[in-house]
Amino acid sequence: MTALFPVHSVPGAHVRARDWGWRHAGRGAPAVSGLDLDIEPGERVLLLGASGAGKSTLLQAMAGVLGGEEEGDEFGSIQLDGRRPADARGRAGLVLQDPDSQIVLARIGDDVAFSAENLGIGRDEIWRRVRWALDAVGLDLPLNHSSSNLSGGQKQRLALAGVLAMQPGLLLLDEPTANLDPGGVREIRDVVDRVITDTGATLVVVEHRVAVWRDVVDRVIVLNPAGGVLADGHPDSVLEREGARLAAAGVWVPGIPPQVAARPDRASPGLDLLQAAGLSVGRTPFASKIPAVAASDLDLTLTEGTGTAVTGANGTGKSTLALTLAGLLAPVSGALNATDALARGLPPSPIRWRSRALLTRLGTVFQEPEHQFLAPTVRRELAIGPTALKLAKSETSSLVDDLLERLRLAHLADANPFTLSGGEKRRLSVATVLATRPQVLLLDEPTFGQDAVTWGELVSLLGELVDGGSSVVTVTHDLSLVEAFADRELVLGATTGVRA
Amino acid sequence: MSALLPEIRDSAIARVNPVAKLAVAVFLSVSLLLSIDVVSASVALVLVSILLFWSGLGARQFWMRTAPLWLAAPFAGLTTVLYGEDSGALLLAWGLISVTEGSLSLGLAITLRVLAIGLPSIVLFATTDPTDLADGLAQVLRLPARFVLGGLAGMRMIGLFLDDWRALGQARRARGVGDAHVLVRLGTQAFALLVLAIRRGSKLATAMEAKGFGSDTPRTWARPSRFGFAEAVLLAIGVVIAGSSVAAAVFAGTWSFILDQS
Repeated sequence: MTALFPVHSVPGAHVRARDWGWRHAGRGAPAVSGLDLDIEPGERVLLLGASGAGKSTLLQAMAGVLGGEEEGDEFGSIQLDGRRPADARGRAGLVLQDPDSQIVLARIGDDVAFSAENLGIGRDEIWRRVRWALDAVGLDLPLNHSSSNLSGGQKQRLALAGVLAMQPGLLLLDEPTANLDPGGVREIRDVVDRVITDTGATLVVVEHRVAVWRDVVDRVIVLNPAGGVLADGHPDSVLEREGARLAAAGVWVPGIPPQVAARPDRASPGLDLLQAAGLSVGRTPFASKIPAVAASDLDLTLTEGTGTAVTGANGTGKSTLALTLAGLLAPVSGALNATDALARGLPPSPIRWRSRALLTRLGTVFQEPEHQFLAPTVRRELAIGPTALKLAKSETSSLVDDLLERLRLAHLADANPFTLSGGEKRRLSVATVLATRPQVLLLDEPTFGQDAVTWGELVSLLGELVDGGSSVVTVTHDLSLVEAFADRELVLGATTGVRA
Repeated sequence: MSALLPEIRDSAIARVNPVAKLAVAVFLSVSLLLSIDVVSASVALVLVSILLFWSGLGARQFWMRTAPLWLAAPFAGLTTVLYGEDSGALLLAWGLISVTEGSLSLGLAITLRVLAIGLPSIVLFATTDPTDLADGLAQVLRLPARFVLGGLAGMRMIGLFLDDWRALGQARRARGVGDAHVLVRLGTQAFALLVLAIRRGSKLATAMEAKGFGSDTPRTWARPSRFGFAEAVLLAIGVVIAGSSVAAAVFAGTWSFILDQS
């Protein structure tokens, strides 16, 4: 990156927590408790901990956005440069996991300027900072470019630029790469590394995937779900000492791969179920009649007892293809036909089937689990499919109990699906589809943002389903998933093709 | 977002501060609501149509944007003709329906009025970027930043809601509950969208707060919103259009002040 703009070095911020804790309103147990911590100016910290250890809560506290008394109860003290974080606005900049929820304004220049405006910076200085921040994150687009029309990696760069325009002394990143493809992950990591080196700000990053950040950080802090800190020190020594325990708690520790069940009796492929020939897929944009083609000339046969991975860069039409195969989106052109083994008397084109007919034939797990939740409790969520199939009450209930056990959701049977953690939501969304035993299963990024334990469970489960005779298709960026589960890989993009 | 807001082409009207456009639209509407007669509406409609030449809207964009108006205006008029207050010679009677000379001219006046109020409002805002409007509301009218920027950030989310809506529909079909009656489906899906919208909204609020929004520090504005010569000219044009239409109606003797119980 050329140094077009002078580097704004800022004094790194200092964080001090003394017996600090926080309990979210309406919860019995505190999210964080008994925390004693000092982070010195300029330190680069990777914050680890099991799911539910309060990592995000701590980041939000350091950013001063946890809220007041209505949001929860605070214990002890946490200070940013000796002040309450909420009184030190602008000293800490927080980047969240979901880039879409952080964009405020319609043009990228205005969106970056927004944070500087809030700090009362003068107009000329604002635009100097905007150009510097966009240059620093390498987002080389005109200032009036639409902020909606960006890739995932670009959106996350924009979010980072917006925070940098405040020139924070403390940069807080909450799983900043969880929603990005592997290329995007490296991009963001390198941008953060460069910016921190240039500005000298303090860095605290929360991330499951240790390998990505290991060379960027100089300290690892592991939060204890039971309160306080489990381990704290140089990355190498912490990982050596706590690696096994962290891996068991779901952290991706380099050198400790997640546990995946062995597949002793590999099934041989059975009957063909769904055949695509010269298929073009696409969605019709709002207020338009002509579909925008996302991928074309696809030839693919889904067969019983095979695992298929659909890969390719962002924007190559992977999700659109999955929705089309699932009978949820009409093909733009070409043929998509179910064989008699799948159609069982219905017309060959899945988009023409009734919603109920899909249940036992084509099951879809959406990328965003929240989109597919319909019921107020986990148990009722699982019963929706079987009920729609008009199964007997007793059969439904034993089916549901079985799934609750199998996917470790039994203790959450009466919880609202929306209140589950990310990993639990993912397991539930898979379970809802398994409840009706579809012949073909399509999963869109099932392992996105999952911790290592959930990852291992999902991969084991998918293997089990394939060996049980299902045809399983996953859309994914996750190369380890492809390796662990797929019999063949369909790579979308400039050179679309099948790899065995 | 682009689905909801077409590209705004540079034009004399597009360059004017949105607050001036808002003022003109409100002023014209109020003056045209004071009387229901054919003359004032016709004069205003003709003068407003001349103004459209400076809007920079393409023909296609113009018709797309104003399409609802061309449907609504004749309907409003027709309803008045068929069911409105009768006066003058009876032309047609059939059950509840009665068409008289009075209801006919009232219907025409209503049609023209809907057009004369609707056209400038739609066109003025079709040439307005919401961000510029927010800047104007906050800097020129001094409305609270929390209110203005909250609304603006919310508008950006509409594009996300369109995607959410589509995904929700597909998810329902996949879950086997997509066969219900269309009204039942829309109802439950709308509720699901509301739940998602609230979750998105609270995430956005946290993100805005994390960028320093809502602190006690007085906020600055990166984009100046000025009120100058062009704005004064547009306001003057608005006053002239409103004034001419009222004057023409009074002169022609058709002015009927709506608050007069005659």
